[in-house]
Amino acid sequence: MSITAKRPDLPTRRDFLKSSAASAVALTIGFEWTLSTRRAVAAATAAAASGGAPFAPNAFLRIGADNSITVIAKHLEMGQGSYTGIATIVAEELDADWAHVTVESAPADAKRYANLVFGTIQGTGGSSAMANSWAQLRDAGAKARAMLLSAAAKEWKVPVGELSTDKGVVSHAGSKRQASYGALVKTAATLPVPTTVSLKEPKNFTLIGTRPPRVDVVAKTNGTAQFTLDTVFPNMLVALLKRPPQFGATLKTFDATAASAVPGVKKVLQVPRGIAVIATGFWAAKKGRDALRVEWDDSKAEKRSSSEIMQEYRQLADQPALPARKEGDAKQAISSAAHKISATYEFPYLAHAPMEPLDAVVKLDSTSCEIWAGDQFQTIDQMNAAKAAGLDAAQVSIHTLYAGGSFGRRANLGSDYIVEAVSIAKAYGADGTPIKLQWTREDDILGGLYRPMYFHKLEAGLNAQGELTGWHHVIVGQSIMADTIFAAGIKDGIDSTSVEGAANLPYAIPNIAVDLATTKTGVPVLWWRVVGSSHTTFAVEAFIDEAAHAAGRDPYEFRRKLLEHQPRMKAVLELAAEKAGWNQGPLPSGKGRGIAVAEAFKTFVAQVAEVSVDKDGHVKVDRVVCAVDCGTAINPDIITAQLEGGVGFGLGAVMFGEITLKNGRVEQSNFNNYRVLRMNEMPKVEVYIVPSTQAPTGVGEPGVAPIGPAVANAIFAATGKRIHMLPFPPTGAA
Amino acid sequence: MSTTFVLNGQSATLDADPTMPLLWALREVAGLHGTKFGCGMALCGACTVHLDGQAVRSCVLPLSAVAGRQITTIEGLQSKQAKAVQAAWVALQVPQCGYCQSGQIMSATALLEKNSAPTDADIDGAMSGNICRCATYPRIRAAIHNAAKAAQA
Repeated sequence: MSITAKRPDLPTRRDFLKSSAASAVALTIGFEWTLSTRRAVAAATAAAASGGAPFAPNAFLRIGADNSITVIAKHLEMGQGSYTGIATIVAEELDADWAHVTVESAPADAKRYANLVFGTIQGTGGSSAMANSWAQLRDAGAKARAMLLSAAAKEWKVPVGELSTDKGVVSHAGSKRQASYGALVKTAATLPVPTTVSLKEPKNFTLIGTRPPRVDVVAKTNGTAQFTLDTVFPNMLVALLKRPPQFGATLKTFDATAASAVPGVKKVLQVPRGIAVIATGFWAAKKGRDALRVEWDDSKAEKRSSSEIMQEYRQLADQPALPARKEGDAKQAISSAAHKISATYEFPYLAHAPMEPLDAVVKLDSTSCEIWAGDQFQTIDQMNAAKAAGLDAAQVSIHTLYAGGSFGRRANLGSDYIVEAVSIAKAYGADGTPIKLQWTREDDILGGLYRPMYFHKLEAGLNAQGELTGWHHVIVGQSIMADTIFAAGIKDGIDSTSVEGAANLPYAIPNIAVDLATTKTGVPVLWWRVVGSSHTTFAVEAFIDEAAHAAGRDPYEFRRKLLEHQPRMKAVLELAAEKAGWNQGPLPSGKGRGIAVAEAFKTFVAQVAEVSVDKDGHVKVDRVVCAVDCGTAINPDIITAQLEGGVGFGLGAVMFGEITLKNGRVEQSNFNNYRVLRMNEMPKVEVYIVPSTQAPTGVGEPGVAPIGPAVANAIFAATGKRIHMLPFPPTGAA
Repeated sequence: MSTTFVLNGQSATLDADPTMPLLWALREVAGLHGTKFGCGMALCGACTVHLDGQAVRSCVLPLSAVAGRQITTIEGLQSKQAKAVQAAWVALQVPQCGYCQSGQIMSATALLEKNSAPTDADIDGAMSGNICRCATYPRIRAAIHNAAKAAQA
């Protein structure tokens, strides 16, 4: 399903599917396009107008006879700008006219659309969309361009070397002939795909490094962007699911009498994860669910409070743990050091809380399962949906729609909300009735798959010259990958997502030990934007600040000296410090400046935060200066936006974010008690991008990592008080 | 039971449970999908529409409460201020995931229709009820200032 804003003059997906059947080189795309009646009329009109078979030289691109350029995105667009980035890479090498470029989502198909960073899985995450698409899509665009050139050479009987391309037009200078790409697709489609092709020199880029407008922004400002919430079919039903109040609790009995009596409620059905109320619309389903009477069996439930779990973690930090990194003898170095410092840091469970509560539409019958969702791990979801439906994966098709945020939540290895929706459609009778499963905000906040709670304990030794001689970091918390299909990625007991950002400590210290104690609780956990670095960077960057203070050194210069062998990290640190005016004297009383730096997903980010603290200890973050090195900057405006957004997302978490459990029951339920950052709390953000011709890396997540410690260090500079427990107390420095 | 009101400038009669929040009546009965569901408790602003020109949260407003009143949704925005807001949103490339942006635009438009030159404090006051988890806040603020200038010109 195409989810870009449609222009009436362009052919639509349905036309391509029809015409593709007649084209020797066309793709076979394994799903059907479903349209509302209104759109179907528009599509039929466009079909009559377009004419001609499209040119589909590879799985990522179609060029229509009407000059339309359709880029097929294997990655989810959840706000991070993947569609625009993907289209920019293809369009650059193709020399396409950006005004003619639209993007549509790829079907679930690991053979063609695997994330090359993940291996054989189609999915989006780990800030990898640009990194894994770069070579693949440049090649796709360049080969298509080469075929269009060959087509023109063939038609005009001139050497290919005499032809040039610009904005979707092939020109022959000698004869002054020109042809648009659309006019060449018929001939191009008869030509072989070249095996090799040369790529542009970066100095010749016309789109990469510029700021082409996002392909999704117009639709996202006039209400027409299509999210899963907006997916509607005739006779579609809406389901809400009543889930157990504690993780691991099971159903004892339920009484559906009152729920079934609500007008509009069609069926009340038990499914593996709870009781589904299926109705003609959301409101009836909600009223029905509210009227359910349920008794739960908590005998297998997690009944502890989060405070008890944290107490257990504190004790575990003093027990032997598994080594994630060991260089030299950190314990010995610390015990014999002239100065010793130590600190602990505590991190709560966090919910992702994307603005669009989870939702999925499923159409299931005895031989097929069709899913519409803001789908993040397409081929994992396909596999899990097939299992839930009792079908083969090949019988499950997925239409990936715009996601109203995710921050990791939709990338879950059990495909929780997808499997729920499929199980409800199955229980309903698998009769092809489209059913939308809608989560409420309460379902989302209470629903688990949180960023794990962690306890960090750090010790360091400094010599008489104030140099770090030993560093010992112990991390205690749950593994995200354990007991999932990614468990094979756990090596020697170390889940890399628990220690990333800590085990790869960048600072030059002769003796380093990083240890991990992996815990088990009944609380389901998941990656949350920037994953391990959402806590490890805080611990490392807050503690290195404490070390600098103990050494009597400036925290920027202290870090800088330890990063001599880390040129890219040092460069972002220096750029952020320079732009923030770090060395231009202290801020007035009541204000403070803090710095932090991180590498996450091969992108380097440094941030300097300026805070004001009033006499009651209330903290206001006034300004954040970011420097980022993400290799080639494909779209500097999107990079800037992701850094701005990362600051806001991370800041909300460290200031307010906290999921707590009391006797196994989550105490937060909506935005009143799960606070997130609001407009009046957002600082000014400046973003500076390090020029680079290295291959691009991601920007969706790394900006989240340093903001917490940068602010905490700024609070220390303003008040002399350190923060060792997140979220910040309501009066951050009181 | 039916409720009659003015929806985007035209009389509309919706046959639905009068206790149904306006949000769901707009989405599932009137078929207007631009207004989004975010929290159901008037905490996030994703469902913001205009009730007689005031920004209100449609997720907690019963359909019965709008009888005889004027409702404007993102689909019905017409004013000079609204057009300036939408143009500024595009010019500054405000949206990321985009899910909250209908609500943001409705709140920003209501602000500019009352206050032609809002200060940063005015923007904080009018916009802090609209959550954006992508934290597009700096661009929203800049876009409102730009739209204010454009609408005055």
